[in-house]
Amino acid sequence: MNEDLRSGVLDALPLQLGIVPFALVTGIAAADVGMTPAQAVGMSAIVFAGASQLAAIELLGANAPLAVVVATAVVINLRMLMYSASIAPHFRTYRRRTRAYLAYLLTDQAYAMSIAEYADDRDRDRRSYYLGVAASIWLVWIVGTALGVVVGAGVPESWGLSFAVPLVFLALLVPAMKDRPRTVAAIAGGAVAIVAADVPFNLGLLVGALAGIAAGLLSARGVDR
Amino acid sequence: MIDRGPVAIWGVIVAIGVATFAVRFSFIYLFGRISEMPTRLQKLLRFVPAAVLAALVAPALVTLGPTVQATLLDEHLLAGAVAAAVAWRTENVFATIATGMIALWVLRFLVL
Repeated sequence: MNEDLRSGVLDALPLQLGIVPFALVTGIAAADVGMTPAQAVGMSAIVFAGASQLAAIELLGANAPLAVVVATAVVINLRMLMYSASIAPHFRTYRRRTRAYLAYLLTDQAYAMSIAEYADDRDRDRRSYYLGVAASIWLVWIVGTALGVVVGAGVPESWGLSFAVPLVFLALLVPAMKDRPRTVAAIAGGAVAIVAADVPFNLGLLVGALAGIAAGLLSARGVDR
Repeated sequence: MIDRGPVAIWGVIVAIGVATFAVRFSFIYLFGRISEMPTRLQKLLRFVPAAVLAALVAPALVTLGPTVQATLLDEHLLAGAVAAAVAWRTENVFATIATGMIALWVLRFLVL
């Protein structure tokens, strides 16, 4: 293994502590709503984006219209436009096929880790380091989902294991409330989602998210001037 | 429980997967033609994580009950509040899940 690849794998190790429970919960949630093991693991391989997977699983379980399931998941993943734009200059010398599989592996964690490392160590081989981080996260994600499917099937309903899903989001939400506008976005998004919980077609999450984004923009406008 | 056939489920999985890949590849693919993201889009995207995550969390913790007391004394909300405190102090996913689940079990099996 080359040195840059190995550094990526090692640097990703502490992140895996967060990936493992997230993946387990995703597998448990998928089994819980009646997805087959193949569908649960296939989703992790094809979509490879935890928050959107959990939202899609929940909406599928509530028999929401399929268009709402897809739209909600895509809105959740829109944040990756930022990562794509930010990391693109580092990948520009690679062939298109290489860039495509690097893009497929792009996650919050792989982005954050690699960008920090590129800024820190200019001699790093971009692709090898990124692959070390991103591909090891991919592997843990797939295996963790599969384990979750197995574990989830054996736990009694009364334990309320599905409560781990909002807890995962909560753990990600708190550090995302970095400044006042983003806190406003979160409060508005949450409040609207609660009130809109009974909106037809399970549009509550989408409506709440869009309301939160709008509130954040309004709040930032006040700050910027 | 899902009340749909395998074709619908796989269709949803593939549709989300393709769209998500398009989002991931967008600027990595375009770089050279477009190097900068429009500022407006950038401003908007800044709020996506906080807004989306809150919209995912809040309805799972708060169910509007008939009275204020019924709404506040809910096991999910109380356990969520404990987990939120841990998330804030530690920023650790595992610690947050563990505390939240244990709090839920204590409330469900021992207290409420």
